[in-house]
Amino acid sequence: MNNNANHPPLDLGALKQKDKQAFAQLVDLNLDRIFRLALKMVGNPQDAEDVLQETFIKAYNNIDSFKGRSKISTWLYRIATNEALMMLRRRKDGIIHIDEGVETDQGDILPIQIVDWCCLPEKEMMSNETRNHLHDAVQTLSDANRAAFLLRDVEGLSTREAAEALDISESALKVQLMRARMQLREELSDYFATKMPRENT
Amino acid sequence: MNHQHNMGCQNILKNLNAYIDEYLDAVLCGDIEAHINACSNCQIVVNTLKKTIQLYQIDGQKTTLTAEARRRLFASLDLDDYVNQDWKSPGKTIDQT
Repeated sequence: MNNNANHPPLDLGALKQKDKQAFAQLVDLNLDRIFRLALKMVGNPQDAEDVLQETFIKAYNNIDSFKGRSKISTWLYRIATNEALMMLRRRKDGIIHIDEGVETDQGDILPIQIVDWCCLPEKEMMSNETRNHLHDAVQTLSDANRAAFLLRDVEGLSTREAAEALDISESALKVQLMRARMQLREELSDYFATKMPRENT
Repeated sequence: MNHQHNMGCQNILKNLNAYIDEYLDAVLCGDIEAHINACSNCQIVVNTLKKTIQLYQIDGQKTTLTAEARRRLFASLDLDDYVNQDWKSPGKTIDQT
C-alpha cells in the first residue's frame, strides 16, 4: 500500500509555513489511501470525497499540532477516521463510541461456516460481483470494528499505529480486529459456498 | 456444517490473531501448527481467514481516486496551480483529459 517510493521527502517545515506546494505534495501522496479508507468507512464515493476533502482541510489548518512523533500518514488516517465516524454519526443521528463492543464475548467469534473456498479460481475470487460483495460485507461490521480492520489489514498499519489512529489501546484494537476478521470470514464463506462446485452424490 | 470445538480448537481461536500476524512465540506457534495439521476444520478456518484478509488487500490496491475526483479535490483545496503535477513520479505531469 506504500505509494511513496520515488518522490522527494515531504518538507515538514514548509508544511508548517502553510506552503501550498508542500501541501499539494502531501495531498497527492496520500489521497489514494485516504480515499480508500473513507470509501470503505462510509460506503459510497460521494461521501468518501467529502471525507477526503475535510481531512485535508483539517490537516492544513492543524498542521502545527502534528509533532512528528508518528508518520504523517498515520496522523492523516486519524483525522480521516474521525471525519468518517462523524459522518456516520450524523447519518444515524446517534452516538458512536469508538470502543463499542470491546467486551469479551467468546460466543461471537466462534466460526460457524467450514467451507474450504480457498480452492476457487482467482478469477472467481476477484470478479466484479465478488468485489461488490466484499464492499457490502465490510459495511455489515460495526463502525469501530470496520475502522480497526481497514487500518490494520487493508492499509497495513501496525497494531500500535492503528490503535494510535483510533485513539484506543492496542488490546482493544486486537479485540476489534479479531471480531472484524471473523465476521468477514463468515460472510465470505456464506458467499463462496454458493460458488463451490457441487459434489457428485 | 457446524464446527465442533474441542480444547485444541479453542486454543487456536484464542491465538488466531497473533498466529495470523506472526507475533506468537515459537513454541506456541509450533503447537498451533501441529494442531492445524491434524484438524481439517481449523485448517479451513485459518486458510479462509488468511484468504479473506488477502482478498481485501487486493481489492484495496485496485481502489484509487479518479482523475476527475482528484481535480475536484485540488480545486476545493485551492490547489489548482498544482493539479497537473505528479508527485509520485517527479518530472511528470498528470494528463487530466
